[in-house]
Amino acid sequence: MSIVSPANLRRIGRQRRLVTGAVITLVIVLMAIFGPLFAPYGENEIVGKPYTYEGSFLGTDYLGQDVWSRVLYGGATILINSLLATALGMVLGIIIGVVAAYWGGWLDEVIMRLNDVALAFPQILLALLVLTAVDQPSWYVIVLLVGVSHAPRVARLARGVALGIVSRDYVTAAEALGESRVRVVLAEVLPNMNAPLLAEAGLRLTYSIGLIAGIGFLGFASNPSAADWGYMINENRLALLVQPWGVLAPVIIIGVFTIGTNLMADGIAQLSGRGD
Amino acid sequence: MTETSLLDMNQTGGCTVSDLRVALTGTNLDVVDEINIELRPGEVVGLVGESGSGKTTAGTALLAYSRRGAFIEHGSVTFEGQNVLALPWEKVREIRGMKIAYVPQDPGAALNPAIRIGRQIVELLELHGIGSAAERTEGARAGLREVGLPDDDEFLARYPHQLSGGQVQRVALAMAFLPKPKVLVLDEPTTGLDVTTQGMVLKTMGELCRSHRVAALYVTHDLAVVANIADRVAVMYAGQIIELGPREAMFRQPAHPYTRALLDAIPHLSQARALTGIPGSTPGPGRRPTACRFNTRCEYVEDRCREIEPPDIEVGPDHTARCLRVGEIGTWDINRGNTTDTDPHTDREIILTIEDLKVFYGRKEVVHGVSFDVAKAEVVALVGESGSGKTTISRCVGGLHKQWTGELTFEGRPLGKGSRSRSAEDRKRIQYIFQNPYLSLNPRLTIAQIVGRPMELFGIAKGKAARDRVVELLDAVALGPTVLDLQTNRLSGGERQRVAIARALAAEPDLLVCDEITSALDVSVQGSIVALLEDLRKTRQISMLFVTHNLALVRSIAARVQVLNAGELVESGFVVEVLDTPKEEYTKRLLSSSPAVN
Amino acid sequence: MTDLATSAPDVSTAAAPARTGSSGSAWVKWLARRVGLAILTLWLCSVLVFFATAALGDPVRAILGKDYASSPERAAALAAELHLDQPVIVRYFEWLGGLLTGNLGNSIANGFPVGELVGDRIVNSAVLVLISAILIIPVAFAIAMISANYRGKRTDGVIQVIMITLAGLPEFVVAILLVALFSTTVFHLLPAVTIAGGGAPPWSKPASMILPVLTLVIAVAPYVSRIVRSSLLEVLDSDYVELARLKGVPERIVMRKHALLNAIVPGIQVIALQLAWLAGGVLFVEYVFSYPGIGASLVDSVRNSDFPMVQVLAMVIAAVYVGINLVADVLSILFTPRARTAISS
Repeated sequence: MSIVSPANLRRIGRQRRLVTGAVITLVIVLMAIFGPLFAPYGENEIVGKPYTYEGSFLGTDYLGQDVWSRVLYGGATILINSLLATALGMVLGIIIGVVAAYWGGWLDEVIMRLNDVALAFPQILLALLVLTAVDQPSWYVIVLLVGVSHAPRVARLARGVALGIVSRDYVTAAEALGESRVRVVLAEVLPNMNAPLLAEAGLRLTYSIGLIAGIGFLGFASNPSAADWGYMINENRLALLVQPWGVLAPVIIIGVFTIGTNLMADGIAQLSGRGD
Repeated sequence: MTETSLLDMNQTGGCTVSDLRVALTGTNLDVVDEINIELRPGEVVGLVGESGSGKTTAGTALLAYSRRGAFIEHGSVTFEGQNVLALPWEKVREIRGMKIAYVPQDPGAALNPAIRIGRQIVELLELHGIGSAAERTEGARAGLREVGLPDDDEFLARYPHQLSGGQVQRVALAMAFLPKPKVLVLDEPTTGLDVTTQGMVLKTMGELCRSHRVAALYVTHDLAVVANIADRVAVMYAGQIIELGPREAMFRQPAHPYTRALLDAIPHLSQARALTGIPGSTPGPGRRPTACRFNTRCEYVEDRCREIEPPDIEVGPDHTARCLRVGEIGTWDINRGNTTDTDPHTDREIILTIEDLKVFYGRKEVVHGVSFDVAKAEVVALVGESGSGKTTISRCVGGLHKQWTGELTFEGRPLGKGSRSRSAEDRKRIQYIFQNPYLSLNPRLTIAQIVGRPMELFGIAKGKAARDRVVELLDAVALGPTVLDLQTNRLSGGERQRVAIARALAAEPDLLVCDEITSALDVSVQGSIVALLEDLRKTRQISMLFVTHNLALVRSIAARVQVLNAGELVESGFVVEVLDTPKEEYTKRLLSSSPAVN
Repeated sequence: MTDLATSAPDVSTAAAPARTGSSGSAWVKWLARRVGLAILTLWLCSVLVFFATAALGDPVRAILGKDYASSPERAAALAAELHLDQPVIVRYFEWLGGLLTGNLGNSIANGFPVGELVGDRIVNSAVLVLISAILIIPVAFAIAMISANYRGKRTDGVIQVIMITLAGLPEFVVAILLVALFSTTVFHLLPAVTIAGGGAPPWSKPASMILPVLTLVIAVAPYVSRIVRSSLLEVLDSDYVELARLKGVPERIVMRKHALLNAIVPGIQVIALQLAWLAGGVLFVEYVFSYPGIGASLVDSVRNSDFPMVQVLAMVIAAVYVGINLVADVLSILFTPRARTAISS
């Protein structure tokens, strides 16, 4: 089923979840990208005493910077890092999973055993293990860690889906014709995995956001003074009773973002018939 | 209908369906309409239809059941003086299983895999609190004996997956008969079973029905099966019963053009026939023509067929047909499609030799040293039951299976094991066609891409030249150029199989390996595919290795036949000789179990 | 938010039918194979843990932080203590040997043996996880069954949207929102941290456990309920359930006997996955609530670059995951007649 045919676009319009999720996600994405243009104050501009209600409606943070402005500045890194980590995880996972399913035999066994080892750790733990020795991780280290932690899970899904396809007659027919293995994977197997992979990508994006924000929340940031939604929560934690917005604003926005992406992912799954 | 028979029915069972209509939920579109059948005790009525005819819907409506998305709009099912469809839920539930029972199509899927069969058989009686536990188990044992299965504790303790297909279906029969129902609806219960197992199940079922005086409705697509077990036959098309009558009359003097076309498409065991199909495909709900629903595909169609809805016209005792032109279209002869069998004495130019072929799956040897050959422009049939090795052998020839020993020689050259170890030339000359047309074509590609790919691969044509050739090929398989840029989800099963054949032809092969290519298709569609293959054979001089389990089909399509059993070649020779004068026991058994129309 | 693959987990390595021997010994052989596999996995996990922590950066620099430049003697002493002069592989085997003999090393942060520090915390986390699990399972199943019952209708749709919304939220978001709601900003009902003081176990003050448990339930239950629901629906659509209806079996018996039985196995798999996740995923929850468990300890240790602690804690989590999976495999084989008979035949 081609995702972008006119009949499908009409169907998509009728999917409330997908549309709602997409709209929510889009709003947050736009905020993350264009936020800095609308910020009333600078990212590190001190507008008053810490933890007061000076500045804009959300008050000031632990240094006296304007919370609302920092919220507007703080989404870009999370957005980019999440997208990159998701892409990395998907690509790695798909390659591993499809190769395992297609080649089968001992290669499949070995890959799956190793995969199981990686699956024994929660994703955040894998990232933290490596961060033990690192104080201020560069952004690409975080992207790499989160992306690689996605790979085993994506691989498991990709392998499951690919196994169903690889045994189908049209794949056998292509091989009987003598098509090269690479072509069989690219032209016969992968195009028929579109729908579940797309849904998985949406889910992975949701987790990426949570993980990257979470890593910031735990206190690991590549640039501690820059505005970052996750790190902001950590910075302002102590004042939750006094001036909650330093914490709640980034928390709420992260929450809304993940709700949006998750709804979108589920909407895609519904559309392809694998959902409800 | 006389008064005594009416009385008869009310007292001893049977039921009458009147004016039944099942529609799609939320629409005005009918799935089945104006269904009128009478089921008499001790009698089997065969309800025959191809896919899309609505036969299963009509059958399950007797239990006041409709699948999700459909509902019973109006009509009555009169049973023991009451209309089942008008009863409240609890009463309907009481009747189901106990008075009106159902035997499902796919027994393996229909039994709960987590419950032992001993418990499942008595489930209904247990539910209604009939008898004590001991009595129920004894009843279960008696039931199993009746269907020819062991009745010991060990068997009762088994799970469904520990039984063979035939055994599971017989358990389902025993389960249905245990509460001694008056009416039984059987939904294609022998689909997927071997011919010999099928024969046994049918015999058992017939005996049970007669001895228990059950009124049975046997829903099926297979006219040949019905010819052997039904007392009366009803033929359905596009949601309506278009002909209904006693078995003899239906097969000797079919009145409706559709029935005749169906019978024309059925191969006979005793005589080769030029099989034909019916142009077009069965319209689904919402796409059915007005007035006579068959008018778009009928060879006798006139203008009034498109305007007036044909009523049920009586054409003989207890025999009706729904056609306006009933008296005008002449008589039909069962032998009218007969052709000559292939002459055993024509010259044979051998192109493929198979010598001492042994095939392995892992360490297990499944084919034990088979040898035969195929000549130019000749169709050789590989026949056998499941597990006979026929598909396995064909896969080896086609290069889909690598673990074999022996010699495969094609045009004097030895063939490699597996298509990757064969030369491009060999890969090109031998083409494989799969059984299931719904799985053998990539759903993401257009027809033009699918049929054109072999041409690109083998350097036959590219770009515009390729596209032109694709159009030619589609024409050769009776598909118009309108399908070029469509994806396969827009085509019916028969159309997809034609695309598969076109794809095979695109490589300009000398040998086509056809693996049960018509088994998944309706009989009328099968007829047209067979006609197409015969035409291709004559015009392009292509040889074929035709795998099938249907012996009658062999007669009409092949010149020579190889009979296989459990990996051994049992009998081999010219079709006429093997089918008319079989030498081996197994062949004789196979022939006698094959349901024949005449 | 939970950390899982999307599809319901596949029934892992199908049972290999034994060839000879009585049914009993076939089971033993199968079990031995599974346990062997689990041990192999654990060993590979240890490799992963060790090399991941040794992968990046300079441990000495990380530990000393700002002091690195100013005290080269301390740096040298630390390097010697960590055996940094030896090649990685040797260090790995030394560490592995220590693990297996019970010598878990000393914490760099405070010098105490890791074993002592970790013991109580494991218990605390276990209690938190168990209480949460005991709540999650019935809640998730109940929601799933209600949803499946009203399938296609409004109730089902609404429930599902709520579940999806909750399932996507990161745990720390849920935790902080709950704290804001119940402890600080809106209401002032419940304590925001779980310090019971004086080394007493956190559950001696039950009020302080409510929020952490609630967070875990909200984070995990929605996902479990969605998976249980979808496998229930799959079973309800199956042929044998349809036949049961056609035989006239009443709906509630259909649900109970035919449907539930067959939906249990995927259910077991999911629950196992959840428990295993809970074991490590309590990270954020313990951190937010200062719950004295292995999650909080892990976060602190990572921030302090306390290698010995991190490595041991990670292995604990991995061991729990592998162990729970093993139990789940055995249980699901026991519940699947087809696989059960395949083993003993």
